[in-house]
Amino acid sequence: MRTIIVLLTALCVIGSAFWAYHENYQTQEAYASSQRLQSDIGEARARLAILRAEWAYLNRPDRLHELTDLNFQKVGLLPLAAEHFGTINEVGYPVEAQAEELELSFDGSIEVSSDAAGQSGADQ
Amino acid sequence: MTRIPLRPLAAILDARKKGTDPDAIERRNTSARHEVIQNELRSVGEGRLVVLGVMFFCAYAVIAAQMGLLAGSEPTEQRAAGGGVEILAQRADIVDRRGRVLATNIETHSLYAQPQEMIEPKRAAKELVKIFPDLDEARLTKDFSGKRKFIWVKKKISPEQLQQVHDIGEPGLLFGPREARLYPNGTLAAHVMGGTSFGREGVHAAEVIGTAGVEKQFDEYLRDPANGARPLQLSIDMTVQTAAERVLYGGMRLMGAKGAASILMDIHTGEVISVVSLPDFDPNNRPLPPVEGDPDDSPLFNRALQGVYELGSTFKVFTIAQAIELQLVNKSTMINTRGPLVWGKHKIRDFHDYGKELDVETVLTKSSNIGTARISQMIGAERQREFLGALGMLDTTTIEMPEASGGKPLLPKNWSEISTMTISYGHGLSATPMHLAAAYSTIANGGRKISPTLLKQDGPNYGAQVLSPFVAREMNDMLRKVVTDGTASFGDVAGYSVGGKTGTADKPKARGGYYKDKVIASFASVFPTDNPQYVLIVTLDEPEIYTMGENRRSAGWTAVPVAAELINRVAPLLGLRPNVEPGKLAGITLTSN
Repeated sequence: MRTIIVLLTALCVIGSAFWAYHENYQTQEAYASSQRLQSDIGEARARLAILRAEWAYLNRPDRLHELTDLNFQKVGLLPLAAEHFGTINEVGYPVEAQAEELELSFDGSIEVSSDAAGQSGADQ
Repeated sequence: MTRIPLRPLAAILDARKKGTDPDAIERRNTSARHEVIQNELRSVGEGRLVVLGVMFFCAYAVIAAQMGLLAGSEPTEQRAAGGGVEILAQRADIVDRRGRVLATNIETHSLYAQPQEMIEPKRAAKELVKIFPDLDEARLTKDFSGKRKFIWVKKKISPEQLQQVHDIGEPGLLFGPREARLYPNGTLAAHVMGGTSFGREGVHAAEVIGTAGVEKQFDEYLRDPANGARPLQLSIDMTVQTAAERVLYGGMRLMGAKGAASILMDIHTGEVISVVSLPDFDPNNRPLPPVEGDPDDSPLFNRALQGVYELGSTFKVFTIAQAIELQLVNKSTMINTRGPLVWGKHKIRDFHDYGKELDVETVLTKSSNIGTARISQMIGAERQREFLGALGMLDTTTIEMPEASGGKPLLPKNWSEISTMTISYGHGLSATPMHLAAAYSTIANGGRKISPTLLKQDGPNYGAQVLSPFVAREMNDMLRKVVTDGTASFGDVAGYSVGGKTGTADKPKARGGYYKDKVIASFASVFPTDNPQYVLIVTLDEPEIYTMGENRRSAGWTAVPVAAELINRVAPLLGLRPNVEPGKLAGITLTSN
């Protein structure tokens, strides 16, 4: 009886030692992976911050102003002025037939890439 | 184990034969046996003591070893916390009222040298000067071949420069990562942003600290890691600010002015939508403060907040508003305007001769100094001072900028009757354009005091009622009249009914007296006057334009057209619908069942 108890206790000790050893390594693994994730998050944030800064830099008013000047022929953008405000009744309801005509006559003012043009042509 | 019997038969028989006591043999044997048992027990006990001692020794050794380890090792964070999130973008961003980035961070590198690692110090210095022409080759060579172990070469280098330095191939030149502040819009709102510099510098990072503007004012907030993801939102509108800067710059060049300032403010919330001071600078590369010359001419000088000027006739509005409030006059009371008005050795003159008398409204629209001075005599020094104080004209503004404390109004030492008279038309009391914006907001919003702010607000921020709503409305109508019939006739903008008051003040000389040919021209305007929303102040420093056969410096010819163009450009951006006669509704028939 005594031998069995001693044996069982020894087994318990060995078992729990094995468990503790295992847990220790699992914890270390989890810790390392969380560290990796944290540093990934940190890098992603840094990347995001750079992208945001670049976005802001590319959208700076001076550059946009130059671009609208350069591409005035294409986009025809002017500074917003009081005359640009309209009333709702200035927007006409398109008649069906007219609407179709409008769509077809919509060609010259904005350039679209040839692929897109081909697709929209196919859709029609 | 062999047991020795206590009464061995042979010994007993032998004792009986000899006639001795056989029991003595038993006693002897018993005691011998006890002695053996005792010895055994002692050795067991001693063994246990040894084991216990060893155990205690081990336990104490473990504790001592642990204590030694703790004392000898570097302290570290608890592992259980799993490590904090590594926030690389540490300083919070600054955004405008619509969330567009005004200031953010980028990662850059610093360049430092460790001369003891260097192979060819002379060549390194030569190559470095090729990349950075502002470095001094002789000095670098001296530093690199001297005894110093560590030298900062450059605090901020671009990726291209980093590559070039890398290509030198000198192992003693090293790079440290660090964060730098970036203002992607360049000079936009430069004075508001202020700028940053590096505080404590290390090889692996450097502290970024604000040196001026909101960067300095909100330094603590911006540096708090808890606010990393929460940007500081200003009341500035980037689009409006851009438009205002362009128009004002154009106006400044056209009018030949050496400086200009404009402030656009929401009259209900006190939010500053745009504040411009020209000339400006690039906060990415903030220039050093000037060591010589007039500091007011430096681009760093914020004319809107630090420029303490006599603002001229724009002050007449306050005098007349107070007189009506005190029921001393109404707008059609006739005032004697015969000039010059002599008070002691002082003479007060008008720009033109306005005849014998004018009504109060015309005194304002024609901007008569004599008329206003006479009205101020009715008010008196004490009440004038009180009213200007209530409007906030006598203290620094509460706007969240460290520069605001530099804009303390200059008051007369002795507020005498002549001071009262000159202050009534804007001379003898100097204030900043920001003061004027806040005071005009009070008049435009129905008489409630306004504290200017640079932070976005949720709703109106009214202070104490300084002026009754009725008087405020009267004043708005009069301001409109100044534009339609008076000195600011160039201020009319189609679609937006603009009201305002011009002000032309001679520039004071540094050593006393006034320049004859240098003025500060201001226009303080409110728009739209039928439902006031915004106040716009435009100030030009030394404007002069040649039109209609003569050189003109008065605000009506200089500041007003610039302000009109500014309103024309900015009002649609603010979402204000032009107030035009609506066309007849065509083709809509209302029907009902």
